Amino acid sequence: MIAWAQGHWRALTATLGKLAANPFNTLFNSLVIGVALALPAGGYVVLDTLRDLSGGLSGDAQLTVFLDLEAKPADAADLQPKLRKLPGVASLRLVTREQALARLKQTEGMGDVVASLGFNPLPDALVVTASDSSEDTINKLVADIKALPKVARVQVDSAWIKRLGALLRLGRLAVVTLASLFAAALVAVVFNTIRLQILTQRDEIEVAKLIGATNSFIRRPFFYLGALQGASGGIAGCLIAMFGIWLLNRPILEFARLYGSEFQVRQLPPIDALAVISVAGLLGWLGAFLSVSKHLWQIEPK
Amino acid sequence: MIEFNAVAKRYPGGHQALHDVSFGVGDGELLYLTGHSGAGKSTLLKLIPAIERVSSGTVLVNGQNVSAIRRNAVPYLRRNLGLIFQDQKLLYDRSAFDNVLLPLNIAGFPHKEASRRVRAALDKVGLLAREKANPVTLSGGEQQRLCIARAVVNRPNILLADEPTAMVDAQYADDIMQIFTAFHQVGVTVLVATHDDGLIARHPGRVVRLEQGTAVQ
Repeated sequence: MIAWAQGHWRALTATLGKLAANPFNTLFNSLVIGVALALPAGGYVVLDTLRDLSGGLSGDAQLTVFLDLEAKPADAADLQPKLRKLPGVASLRLVTREQALARLKQTEGMGDVVASLGFNPLPDALVVTASDSSEDTINKLVADIKALPKVARVQVDSAWIKRLGALLRLGRLAVVTLASLFAAALVAVVFNTIRLQILTQRDEIEVAKLIGATNSFIRRPFFYLGALQGASGGIAGCLIAMFGIWLLNRPILEFARLYGSEFQVRQLPPIDALAVISVAGLLGWLGAFLSVSKHLWQIEPK
Repeated sequence: MIEFNAVAKRYPGGHQALHDVSFGVGDGELLYLTGHSGAGKSTLLKLIPAIERVSSGTVLVNGQNVSAIRRNAVPYLRRNLGLIFQDQKLLYDRSAFDNVLLPLNIAGFPHKEASRRVRAALDKVGLLAREKANPVTLSGGEQQRLCIARAVVNRPNILLADEPTAMVDAQYADDIMQIFTAFHQVGVTVLVATHDDGLIARHPGRVVRLEQGTAVQ
């Protein structure tokens, strides 16, 4: 057990030594992998931020039913039970014209406008949440509501949320595709690095086999090399992604402030960075495994 | 200790290196394997650590039939043998010390014990002062002695040497044979393939002669 652990420790330190002995090779290999990983990692963070942003908004379909301007409070009260009875209505909330006006007054810049009007231009409104957001249900509900008395207009509010949702799903697909492609690239890069390493260590491998090295003894340093190469690429990728986000955030904030928002893309969370690094390490190991399986058996002492 | 029974070896491509070889090597014996080049000496030696496999017949090493040994058992067989190769197979990317250390690393020796054994082996072949040197900077005789140190550092009970004196002049050859004789005297079985009859005359031992792929005692 101790010998086993010592064997691994020796392989690990020898591999680290080998990486340190060729700092430029190591650096550039890490950079290649890092650039490949930074794109999906950064894309993932941006998407995540956007999803959080839209998550505060309900994805359920909402309809606003505007009543006639002439409608009396009694009419609104009359309409409510009728609406509740319609199929597809989950909940109902009344916004009276007075409440609507009060809210409008609070909106920046609108207070003066409203005051100058001298009368309330807003109708009573009923906010209906649909039980499901399928297009059929919504269309039927809109038709049903329009048929009710004193209803002036029905507005479907959640269409843009659906659009955003669809856009985010598209973005996620793009990120997943990108990540898969670059994962394959990572495996290929490590595969090739290990192949070259096996070739340069051909003599050593042959001698080791001749003096009693087991296959696992010979493979072990290559697995470490692949995993370390992948992980160092993962670290480089995270740093590049973080730097990119930091670079982007300044103009994004300036832009968002024009709209009175403090929106910023959040930095890559440590747990996700750790996930990127471990997955990169695992992929590196996979590349090394494939390369070793393919190339090592060709070296048999004669 | 080592026993060849009706061993034949035909290489892929049709070259018949060994026809029908039968002989034994006793425990602690010093045995010369002679014959002109191409007689099959190297092939015969390669059968013992299962670098090559017999086409027919059996090779027994310490009672184990190495002609039918499983692939994953081969490394453990080789750890009990000291091999000295005709082309030396030293590694020129590391020091003499690290060359000798390799078999112990493979066998999983703890570092302190391994260092002690490496120095002991280098001392035995007279290279202790050159432990930090790269093998490239060593003379031919020194390189050959380094090979011997690497072969014996594991303390094997069988030592196999393929033309160990081919690359060195007569005086160094005698030095090398003296090292082998010393191991033989402490009970190690030593099998030396050589075509140098003068060497055999100066360091006597049993001789097995290979002629056209068969053994002549």
